[in-house]
Amino acid sequence: MSQYLLRKLLILVPSLLGISVILFTVLALAPGDPFEELATNPAVPPEVRANLRAKFGLDDPVYVRYVHWLSAMLQGDWGFSFVSRVDADRLILQRLPATLFVVGSAQLLALMVALPVGVYAATRPYSIFDQIANTFAFIGFSLPTFFTGLLFILFFSIYLDWLPFVYTEVNSSGWRWYWDHVRQAIMPIAVLGLFQGASMTRYVRSSVLDVIRLDYVTTARSKGLAERVVITKHVVRNALIPVVTLVMLQMPAVFGGAIVTEQIFRIPGIGSLLISSILANDTPVIMAVTFVFACLVLIFNLIADILYGWLDPRISYR
Amino acid sequence: MAGSTLVSPIASAQARSRGKAISPWREAWRRFRRHRLAVVSIVVLSLMILAVIIGPWLWAVPIDGIDFKAKLKGPTLEHPLGTDDLGQDILARMLYGGRISLAVGLAAMAVAIFVGIVIGAIAGISRGSVDAALMWLTDLFLSLPQLPLLLLLIYLFRDPLKSLAGPEVGIFILIVIVIGGFRWMPVARLVRAQFFSLREKEFVEAARALGASVPRQVVRHILPNSLGPVIVAATIDVAAAIIAESTLSFLGLGFPPDIPTWGRMLFDAKDNIDFAPHWVLAPGTAIFLAVLTINFIGDGLRDALDPRKVM
Repeated sequence: MSQYLLRKLLILVPSLLGISVILFTVLALAPGDPFEELATNPAVPPEVRANLRAKFGLDDPVYVRYVHWLSAMLQGDWGFSFVSRVDADRLILQRLPATLFVVGSAQLLALMVALPVGVYAATRPYSIFDQIANTFAFIGFSLPTFFTGLLFILFFSIYLDWLPFVYTEVNSSGWRWYWDHVRQAIMPIAVLGLFQGASMTRYVRSSVLDVIRLDYVTTARSKGLAERVVITKHVVRNALIPVVTLVMLQMPAVFGGAIVTEQIFRIPGIGSLLISSILANDTPVIMAVTFVFACLVLIFNLIADILYGWLDPRISYR
Repeated sequence: MAGSTLVSPIASAQARSRGKAISPWREAWRRFRRHRLAVVSIVVLSLMILAVIIGPWLWAVPIDGIDFKAKLKGPTLEHPLGTDDLGQDILARMLYGGRISLAVGLAAMAVAIFVGIVIGAIAGISRGSVDAALMWLTDLFLSLPQLPLLLLLIYLFRDPLKSLAGPEVGIFILIVIVIGGFRWMPVARLVRAQFFSLREKEFVEAARALGASVPRQVVRHILPNSLGPVIVAATIDVAAAIIAESTLSFLGLGFPPDIPTWGRMLFDAKDNIDFAPHWVLAPGTAIFLAVLTINFIGDGLRDALDPRKVM
C-alpha cells in the first residue's frame, strides 16, 4: 500500500508541472503590460521604466521567466494583493477553511443521498421507486447550481423566512453560535450536495446493476447470507469502484459549483475571493487562487486513488 | 456480462426481441421513440428553438426600451413576463438572449467535438509514444479546475478581443473557444477507445488488404462506425456548454450588460429577488428547460445509438 501511495505521489509531480506550464503560458500570452500605468504617466521617464522592466526580468526569454516564476511559487512567494495590501497566500489561507467546509459537507451529503437511493433503485429495477428516483436525478443535475441557489433563497428565506439569506458575521456565543453557523450553511451545502448527489445516484445505480446479477452474488445468497449483508458487503463494495472513478472526474465541476454557491450566498471562501479579485483586476491573487484550485483538485484525486486501493486491493499490488 | 440487468427498460426490451432486418437509422429511431420523455423533450426543445428564432419578429418590443413608469412590474398583458428594474420587457429580452445562449451551446459543442475527434483519432490510430503523450495531455486537462481557468482566460483576453471584433462577436468567439477548449477530453477518450476496438475488426483489415491508405481507413471505415457514442456525448455537451455560459454570465463575467443572455439576466435579477421574483424565474426556468430537454434527448439517443453502453 505504501509503495502504491508513493507511486501515486510521484505521478502528481508531472501533473503539477503541466498545470504550472499551462498557467504560465496563459499569463505570458495575455496581452497587457504590468507597467502600462507607468508608460502613460508623464512623470516617469522612459529610462526608469526600462530599468524596472530589466529588474523584474520582463525582457528575459520565456523559459527563464518560467523558471523564475516557478521557483517563486514553490518558495511560497505568491505575490502581493494590489487591493488588500496583503500577501496573496495569507489572504487565501484565511479563506480556505470556509471553502473546504462547504465542499466537504456537500460531498458527504451527496454520498448520503446517492448511496441508499442508488442501491435501493438498482435492487428494484424499473419499479415505481426506480422511475421516480431516476426522474428526480435527471431534474437534479439539469438544474444549474446558480438557479437552485436562487430558488432556495426565494423559498426558504423570503417565502418561509426560516433561514438567513447570506453569510453574515455571527455575534452570538455558546450553543447559539454553532446554531447560527449551521443555519447559514444549510442552503449552500444543500444546493451543492443535491447537485452532486443527483449525478452520483445515477452512477451508483448503473454500477450496482452491473454487478448485482453476477455469479458471486448468487453464491453469497445461496450460502444463506441475509439480503442486507449480500448487498452491503458483497455488492456495494465492488460497485463502488467505478463510482470512485466517475466522482474523481467530477471534482473540477464540484469546485466550479463551489465558486457559484459562494458567490450567491456570500460565503467568505476562495471562490468568492477569485470573483472579487477578477472584478478588481488583482492579478497576483487571481493567479494564486487558480493555482490553489488546481492543487485542490489534484489532492482530491489522490484521496480517490487511496480509496481505490482500499476498495480493490488488487490495484495496489500491480 | 451474463444475466446482468440493463440500465434502461427500452434497451432490455430491444435485447429480448429482434425483428426482421431494417436499416440501422430506422432501428435507432424505433428505439429512440420508445423513450417517451425524450420524444416529449424533442417537441419542447423544438418549440423553444422556434420561439427564439422567429419570436423577436412576432414580439417586436425593443429589448432596451427603457420605461421607468413600468419598472419591476409583474406579468401583465402588456408585458407577459413582467419588466426589469429599467422597465425593459423581459419576454423580448428572453427571446433575444435565448438565441445567444443556444448558439453558444451549439458552437462550443462543435469546437469540443472537433478537437476531441481529432485528438482521439490521432491517439487511437497511432500507437506508442504519440498515444501516450496525447492521453497524458487529456488526463492533465481533465484534472484542471475548469471554472477558475475559464474565468482567468476571459479576464485576460476579454479586452483585446473586444477591440478586435466588437463587443458582441469578440466575447462570443472567446466564450465559445474557451468553453469548447475545456470540454473535448471525454470525446477524445471515447473516440480513442472506439478506434482501439474498431481498427482490429475484419472490415478494416479488408480495407487495409485492398490497399486503403491510413487516412482513408480512418475517414471512410473507422470514424463513421465510432460516431454513435460521439453523437450522445455531443448532445450532453450542448447542455453543459449552456450551463457554462450561463455560469459565466451569472458571475458577471460573460457577455456585457447590454446583451441579455439568460445567465446575464439572472445576474441582474438576483439582487432584486425579494421584490421581483418573476424576473429571476423566467430566465432560470428557460435555462433549466433547455438543459433538461437536451439531457433527456441525450439519454434517448444513448438508448438508440449506443446499445453496448447500456448492455
